[in-house]
Amino acid sequence: MSAERDQILARVRDALAPLPHRASLPNWDEELIQLRQNQAAIDLWERFSERLRAVNGTPLDSSAALVALLEQHGWLCGYCDPALWSLLGESFTSRLTVSPQFDRHNVDRYDFGITDAAGAIAETGTLILTDGSTASRLGALAPWVHVAVLRRAQIYDDISAALAALPQDPNVVWITGPSKTADVEGILIEGVHGPGVQVALLID
Amino acid sequence: MAKQPIDQYAAALPAEQRSSVYQSTKGTHEKRTKLLFDQFADPNRLRTLAGEIKQHVIEHLDAFLPQVEAKLQANGATVHWAATAESACAAVLGIMQARGATKMVKSKTMVSEEIGLAHYLEKHGIEALETDLGEFIVQIDHDHPSHIVRPIIHKNRREIAQSFEREGLGAYNDDPETITRRARQFLRQKYLAADVGLTGANFVSIESGRIVVVTNEGNSRFCLAAPKCHIALIGIEKLVPRDRDLGLLLNLLARSATAQQLTVYTEFISGPKPANRPEGPEEMHVVFVDNGRTEVLASGCREILRCIRCGACLNVCPVYRQASGHAYRSVYPGPVGAVLSPLLAQEKFSELADLPKASTLCGACNEVCPVNIPIPDLLLRLRARGKEECAPLAAVGTPPMGAWVLLASHPLAWQAALVGGKLLNYLPTKLIPVPALRAWEKTRTLPEWRGGKFRQWLKERRKS
Repeated sequence: MSAERDQILARVRDALAPLPHRASLPNWDEELIQLRQNQAAIDLWERFSERLRAVNGTPLDSSAALVALLEQHGWLCGYCDPALWSLLGESFTSRLTVSPQFDRHNVDRYDFGITDAAGAIAETGTLILTDGSTASRLGALAPWVHVAVLRRAQIYDDISAALAALPQDPNVVWITGPSKTADVEGILIEGVHGPGVQVALLID
Repeated sequence: MAKQPIDQYAAALPAEQRSSVYQSTKGTHEKRTKLLFDQFADPNRLRTLAGEIKQHVIEHLDAFLPQVEAKLQANGATVHWAATAESACAAVLGIMQARGATKMVKSKTMVSEEIGLAHYLEKHGIEALETDLGEFIVQIDHDHPSHIVRPIIHKNRREIAQSFEREGLGAYNDDPETITRRARQFLRQKYLAADVGLTGANFVSIESGRIVVVTNEGNSRFCLAAPKCHIALIGIEKLVPRDRDLGLLLNLLARSATAQQLTVYTEFISGPKPANRPEGPEEMHVVFVDNGRTEVLASGCREILRCIRCGACLNVCPVYRQASGHAYRSVYPGPVGAVLSPLLAQEKFSELADLPKASTLCGACNEVCPVNIPIPDLLLRLRARGKEECAPLAAVGTPPMGAWVLLASHPLAWQAALVGGKLLNYLPTKLIPVPALRAWEKTRTLPEWRGGKFRQWLKERRKS
């Protein structure tokens, strides 16, 4: 295998050697990718919520609203990250069956999965998950409803700010709305492999 | 006049398919333009910058590849190198065999199409299942993707429903939502049973060794949640200098590909899962694939290596819209494919030498390109190469230029022709029995002859 490495690198060097000069790295300012509609004055949660709704996501600002949503749709069985029990445990009503373990052999048993977010991006309505904040990758992905728990101080203004603060974590995922496809005749369908309902729950 | 293979294909395309390709490419293109220009003050500046960043990368690959290799290794990944399609397939198989693995789930990667990975693995007794809905349908139909981003743009829901029925995925139902739910149910069991998840990479940051993978369906996330081993198959040109450059490229990629602000799942992967987490790969392998890229780098068309596979040039191309993707007879269709496919074909360049000619050189592909690739220039360079190499396909459909060459190189003859040309306004040209002219006039009307005016104008101007 290392013979192939050397072969490829030698071919790259040979290909580039004849170039009289090589393209330099341009400087660019983050201002360039700021959106025209500068809403920096608006509250970050408000702005995030508006963008999340635009991609068919569901922002909620109380655990009571979450429980109401789950009960209303009959999403009664779910998983909740054990780290969030102290925050949410008391809100779960007797109608809900919530487990602190995600059993990969029964992924379809769970209607919802509640995990902690590592952050959010207001500009795009994006939730940020990491392995550090999410005990089970599957728990945040396989159920029909995913609830990411978020604090106001975790919301970044825009993509540039979130990139500048990328967590040191092997798996950082930006999630912008429910899983979706338009593969069949260009018709938008939500909930392909991941959640069909993406909730951001603000807990302060 | 003899027709190029791509023309023959376009002519044989069923009207329904043409219309579906046309409508959806046009729709995506219009949404893309609106989003870019509504949201950014200067989207063209962004395209130029992104192009400069990618050009910088490909012209420094000699230094950057070893750098990114060291980063990836420091992050806990094993790095493999594959010079050819065969060795890339063998590398993936080797990783699987070393683990005793027999089941793979794949998220969408163009490199795997390019090297024929799924077929290769199946021949070696490994189940390699596509998980992107479009690619899954392509796979069960033993078909080929016809668009970089929308693999089944050429199929309608009735055909898909029939395929699902045939594969035992439920009774005939052509409701797109039902089709999607059935794929969801079928594929999640496959993810959970798989030993290996294979992804491509949209970008690799040299600075941090982070691999960036974007999907809308969440299939790559599932490929990295359930299986215990992750293999990333990556073309050597996919590098970007710094994490911050991803801000520019992700914004452009999502808008250019699907007219979204961001793709739904944007994953930054920098190694195996932490030991204290239950789900995710314990092992991560990166396979860097050359497969002709170093030859492209050495050619006069290296700008094509900037490509981020967004498909915007397909969506805007008048030829792609009429011909659809299979007409390009290769993994990469459309304007980008007309450049990249003949180059990646290497010694088989002549078999695809007609592709660079399948363009009106209208320049729309360059105008929409998020990394500002001068595709029309590259097409011209490849036309010249086809001519130099005397590729028979490069000559098919070329109008007889001998007469024009004669006129254009003899001023007196030219002047006489200008006067004589006036006759064309009075002659019944529809009756001239030259087959090439007949074929040409079938779809065009000869304009009124207005030649000779320039010389007159110049003469007057010189006088005054």
